[in-house]
Parts: sequence; structure tokens; C-alpha cells
Amino acid sequence: MHLAYPAVLAVLLFCTGLYGVLARRNAILVLMSVELMLNAVNLNLVAFDVWLRDTLHAGQALTLFTIAIAAAEIGIGLAIVLLVYRNRGTSDVDRLRDLADPPSAGQDPMDDSVAAPTDNAADQARRARRQTA
Amino acid sequence: MSPAVHLAATGHGFLSPTGVEIAFLLVGIATFGAAVVTVTTRQLVHAALWLVVALGGLAVEYLLLTAEFIAWVQVLIYVGSVVVLLLFGLMLTRAPIGRSPDADSGNRPAALAVAVAAAGVLVWVVVDAFRTTWIELDKGVQGSTAVSGESLFRHWVLPFEALSVLLLAALVGAIVLSRRHGHDSGRGAGHGKEKR
Repeated sequence: MHLAYPAVLAVLLFCTGLYGVLARRNAILVLMSVELMLNAVNLNLVAFDVWLRDTLHAGQALTLFTIAIAAAEIGIGLAIVLLVYRNRGTSDVDRLRDLADPPSAGQDPMDDSVAAPTDNAADQARRARRQTA
Repeated sequence: MSPAVHLAATGHGFLSPTGVEIAFLLVGIATFGAAVVTVTTRQLVHAALWLVVALGGLAVEYLLLTAEFIAWVQVLIYVGSVVVLLLFGLMLTRAPIGRSPDADSGNRPAALAVAVAAAGVLVWVVVDAFRTTWIELDKGVQGSTAVSGESLFRHWVLPFEALSVLLLAALVGAIVLSRRHGHDSGRGAGHGKEKR
């Protein structure tokens, strides 16, 4: 088999994942695109390992490690997304802009400064209710 | 043997593909199509289900590359657990069933331009570099379970153990992150003991 076939497929999958990371708004869809990119790297590792006939099988061992790290990454990533959703009520990456520069003039329509106080108020009310219960 | 005959016997052209290459090409087209649908569909649950098709297609590609252990690990971990985790994440964040109009953000044209440019450059470089490289798939299986296990537990034991520590850390981290109000629950438990 030509090495060009798996290499080109890996490139195309990686660029698909790149598009997904840049264009998607939902955080979980961004995580899916990251998985696509990691899988493209795995395909490259396996193809080059089979081509080079490495005696240590470094490519396949690294592929297994990448799969395990991707599993850990998706677990932590989903926990973070769920935490953000619980605190903010949204998982859109466009609306998580606490670290952004403040808008220079006028109010940014995407700014969630209106929604944040109500979230905090509801949170505090829930906490107070739990403490009294 | 004349040079031309020798070249014909050893050279492998793109115009006369072998059976494995045809199978790889067809499964690769299906995998790429599923990946494209995954990143472009507006129905969030469908994106996760198309991701199953893409990852399963990649497992078939691993099988065609004679890396069978990696293929089954791919099926077990990606199709079995990662996609289930993603579906649970979509459920818990109350993803809308049906079309959601705001699945794509506003920088979609810029993302498309970046992805197409990267794909063009990388495909050009890769094809130019590996045009004549040939993988010998007939000289024995490269990634059977016996071979993979032997290399993993003979040469890669230390990274393997480090990986188990990483998985433990990820487990603890996920539990800590997903606990609801750690201080309150601790206080609540103490309160309950006092009551008793």
C-alpha cells in the first residue's frame, strides 16, 4: 500500500477537526472535533509504524498512549463543560468571555453581564434554601 | 532482466491499485464524509452518531494496516466509551433535539478558509514527500495482540505505569469537578452527624 493514502486521509481528517474546532459554538461539538484531530494523529502513527517496521513498535505503543490520554481528556473536558453549564446555564464557547478585553465603546450584544447576576442570585437562593432545610 | 521490466516488477503505480488500497480508499472516503457531516450538521445528537461512523471507519483502516490490536482498542474506547460520554454530555447540557440554528459560530467563513488552506498545504507536502513510499503489508502482521503486548510490557513499561497514574489523576479530577458544592455537602454531612 502506498503511504500516501493513510497520510492524506490523516491530513483531511485533521483539517476537518480544525474546521470544527474553529467553527463550532457548542463546547461539546468542539470536543468532538478535537477527537477527530487526535484520531488523525493516531492514523499517522500507525501507518508510519507499519511502514518503518520498528522493532520497538514505538508507533503503536504511542497510539495506545494517545488513546488513553484522549479518554482522560474527554472525561475532564466534559466535567468542565458540565460545571460551566451548571454555573452559567450555557455551554456556548462564544458566551464565555470573562477573560476578554472589555468592549471599548457601547455594550457588546454577546456580553452576558445581564445574565450573570441572575444566575448568581438563583444560586445563592438555592444555597440558602439548602442551609435552612 | 532489463531495467524496464525490473521497474515494472518493483515499482507500484497509483493507476494500478491493489485490493487493499481500493478497500482503504473506499473506507477512507466514508470516514472522511462522516467526519465532514460531524462538523457541519446542525443536529447535535446526529453529530455524535456520525462521529461513531467516522471512528468505526478508522478502526477498519487500522485493520487494513494490519494493526488489529489498535483497531479493537479503538472500537472499545472510542466507539464504546467516548461517544457515550459525549452523548451523556449532550443530554446533561440539554442540547436541543432537532435543528439548532446556533450550532455554528459567526467565524465560520474564516474557519473554512483556514481549514481549506491547511488541507491544501498539508496534502501537497505529504503527497510530494511520500509519493514513492511503499508499505509492505505482506511480511507478517505488524500489530497483533502478541506483538503489541510484548513490546508494550518489555520496552514501554515505565510510560505504561505513568499512564495509569495519569488516568487516576483524571479520575480524581473529574470527581472533584463534578461534585456539587463541595463545602456545602461536607458541612451537611457534619450537620447530620450532630443531629444523630
